[in-house]
Amino acid sequence: MANNKQIYDKGKVVAGLVIFVFIVLSPFLYNLGKAAPAPELKLTDKAKAAKECVLPKEEMKAGHMQLLDLWREKVVREASRVYVNTEGKEFAMSLSNTCLDCHSNKADFCDRCHNYASVSPYCWDCHIDNPKEISDAK
Amino acid sequence: MQNRRDFLKIAGLSALGITGANPVLDAFAAGGHDAEESVFRILKNEKALKAEQWAMVIDTRKFESEEALEPIVEACHKLHNVPDFGDPELIEENGDCAEANKRHEIKWIWEEEYGHAFPGKAGEFVNDRIKHLPFLVLCNHCEEPPCVRVCPTKATFKREDGIVLMDFHRCIGCRFCMAACPYGSRSFNFRDPRPFIKKEDRNPEFPTRMKGVVEKCNFCAERLAVGKEPACVEASDGAIAFGDLSDPESSVRELLKSNYTIRRKQGLGTGPAVYYIV
Repeated sequence: MANNKQIYDKGKVVAGLVIFVFIVLSPFLYNLGKAAPAPELKLTDKAKAAKECVLPKEEMKAGHMQLLDLWREKVVREASRVYVNTEGKEFAMSLSNTCLDCHSNKADFCDRCHNYASVSPYCWDCHIDNPKEISDAK
Repeated sequence: MQNRRDFLKIAGLSALGITGANPVLDAFAAGGHDAEESVFRILKNEKALKAEQWAMVIDTRKFESEEALEPIVEACHKLHNVPDFGDPELIEENGDCAEANKRHEIKWIWEEEYGHAFPGKAGEFVNDRIKHLPFLVLCNHCEEPPCVRVCPTKATFKREDGIVLMDFHRCIGCRFCMAACPYGSRSFNFRDPRPFIKKEDRNPEFPTRMKGVVEKCNFCAERLAVGKEPACVEASDGAIAFGDLSDPESSVRELLKSNYTIRRKQGLGTGPAVYYIV
């Protein structure tokens, strides 16, 4: 009864499996080695001169959205508008007036990472990033 | 051998174990929280103006014509990026129709005639002066704001200092607040307001709004936070007083003491905080 464990139409099954695996992997094979490089951010002269952001660079990269959310909550609900960071430096908690004052180059700063990460936050629907840019775009 | 007696013993001990461990766990959690809070601090601006209930007294005797109100309205609307859907130039530029745009009007502070501002008080025969007097109307920042009661997302709320504020981030545009407000103080953005804010008038320090949110006067919360009085008060040349209603020494209380004042639709019980000297 050893024949019991034999696969019927072995050749077809194996060929089918190979084709199946190839089809499943094809998108990965197609994109192999083509990974988009991490975006390079351009800093404005003002941002370069300031050197330090509100939080250390790595923390800002990973958590600026949480920081902004905290700021919004404190400013709108509690009317607290001053943020003192670990270094003891004071900042006005304002996306329009603090963040976008230094980072006034939305296209070369904000957008590059957001596009890379495929996120589209709508902060700028209300917060004017750079008045000149808007009027030029029209 | 398991019997009911053993089972209850074990159950009792386990319950004790769980509750006994709780304070320990709490202490760990609290410890973590403390460490987090020591990293940064959030403060109020020292110059910020404070009150328990902000209020406004508008001396209508000092406004004789609509023209007298224009600079006040303009100061507010420019500062807060309020769009002007009626501007002929902008209508032309955007290829719109003036009639349709009228329905999209956004206003924070505007001019109203006596009969419309005070419908309960306007009889058939009104004093000639009052009849033609322009009244400046805005959000009343009510003591019991009906808009706050109906807001399903708490996007609008009453702040500690009495200001009825909007959190535009949170507004879902349901317009319940507009239905609830008896003063018509709220406007809805039926369309993107940006094309109707003149480029040269745009104030980059204050956000615009987006399509689908409700907006209204904020008693210049952003100016109070840095120690300045509201823009309309500043532009009014002394005709509008602003102060703390709960402070008997404040300028508004002095004015209320020495003048006869009326409030809009006072009988509804919303406790409007904008008073009019007539």
